[in-house]
Amino acid sequence: MRTDFVAREVLTGLRRNVTMTVAMVLTTAISLGLVGTGLLAVNTIDSTERLYSDRLEVQVSLTQDVSSTDTDCSQPICANLRTTLENSPLVESVDFESQPQAYERFKELFAGQSIAEVVRPQSLPATLRVKLVDQDTGAEAIRQAMADQVGVRNVIDQRDVVAKLFDFLGGVRNVTFALALVQAVAALLLISNTVQVSAYTRRTEVGVMRLVGATRWYTQLPFLIEAVVTGVVGAVLASAGLIAAKFVFIDDLLAGIAQNGVIPPISLLDVVQVSIYLVPIGAAIAAITGYVTLRLYVRL
Amino acid sequence: MIRLERVTKMYKTSTRPALDRVSVSVEKGEFVFLIGPSGSGKSTFLRLLLREDVPTRGNIFVSDLNVAKLPRRRVPRLRQRIGCVFQDFRLLPNKTVGGNVAFALEVIGKQASTIRKVVPEVLELVGLEGKAERMPHELSGGEQQRVAIARAFVNRPLVLLADEPTGNLDPDTSQDIMLLLERINRTGTTVVMATHDHSIVDSMRRRVVELDLGQVVRDESRGVYGVGR
Repeated sequence: MRTDFVAREVLTGLRRNVTMTVAMVLTTAISLGLVGTGLLAVNTIDSTERLYSDRLEVQVSLTQDVSSTDTDCSQPICANLRTTLENSPLVESVDFESQPQAYERFKELFAGQSIAEVVRPQSLPATLRVKLVDQDTGAEAIRQAMADQVGVRNVIDQRDVVAKLFDFLGGVRNVTFALALVQAVAALLLISNTVQVSAYTRRTEVGVMRLVGATRWYTQLPFLIEAVVTGVVGAVLASAGLIAAKFVFIDDLLAGIAQNGVIPPISLLDVVQVSIYLVPIGAAIAAITGYVTLRLYVRL
Repeated sequence: MIRLERVTKMYKTSTRPALDRVSVSVEKGEFVFLIGPSGSGKSTFLRLLLREDVPTRGNIFVSDLNVAKLPRRRVPRLRQRIGCVFQDFRLLPNKTVGGNVAFALEVIGKQASTIRKVVPEVLELVGLEGKAERMPHELSGGEQQRVAIARAFVNRPLVLLADEPTGNLDPDTSQDIMLLLERINRTGTTVVMATHDHSIVDSMRRRVVELDLGQVVRDESRGVYGVGR
């Protein structure tokens, strides 16, 4: 194999089709950029879930009469509930939050807001805060066990509260993957078309190559390498775009919620890791598309 | 060197076979004219030798290769033994004369040092010494065909197939091209040339195989174009 010859052919091909090449690079870049965004969303969802699974609790709030009379969970109703919970293998620990404590916390959470002035200690329930061994499997069992007990007002699974956030992140992920898919189809068609155009513009060369007995590899390799080069360049552009996007607006966008610890920030390392996947993905997609196109549509 | 045994080629689009039970044998070093009117099967004959197509029935041998049964991956090996020249030259317009000839060797993986050595040699053989750096469009038709012949011959093929090589050239230039093909033939290369050119066939007095409606209607060892008509 004469590498200098193949390299020269590839360069000629890319130069000759420069507008198509640019279109192909850009489409591939956008498509892979969206794939990368989707992967980052998946990453974020995973780490957010990890972040929360350590913190989430099931709150068993007690009825008004129990809440107002029992300040340290020493009376039978509360004590029974607490013992039941503590004896359950699903439960890691149980903390009691009395009405005054709940009131203090409420004032702290809503400091400076008018609602903090309006609320009175009696309107907040005392709560048994239950930390589970496994948040995913335990919560429903606790809810069922506690719901009908005497002295229980209601059971709140904090997962329900954050479910909306996960729904949102999941939605972002689904939309980006859907867009990436559509864009990927466009990229595939464009790669296929470019390979065909490239083969057509070089039909004289290819005709001569066949006539003088060049092997299939020799005739096809320049086209394949052309496709792979554009795929790789597209992936590199996509990676650069993701890194730029992180600094230019993702950081700003997430600054508020990430600082509050609502979701973990997207680190440069995350972006780089995703980018590293994009390059072989781009190369492989381009190579496979190019090969299939040559097999199906181009007589070499 | 070339042997066709009862070769029939049917195309899907036609009811009449393009070649009909053709048997021809060509010895090493022979010079054969393939003549006949348009549609008589000359091009099909050449295409089958090159394995551009496979025969519907019959066997074709080129040197020791069974062309009709040759697996796809060995087709390049066949084509490296056959040189090809066409009426329309088929030069690459963006490569120099030397580049065009070298291309034929580059694409079959020959060493750069070999190419640097043999390209000037073959350009001298075809009478184009000193024109290696010219572009094809700067050359006359006759010179362009010489480049094409140089490209076909540079890998020293066993067989040279020429499909109307003088079809685009004036009579004097055609004569020069024929002298060149004769010189190549004298090196031991078998030459098969499809042509409509009466005067060339008549003046050369070489073997003539005449096709009509896909059948061999005449095979004479020192023939002329229009005998018996």
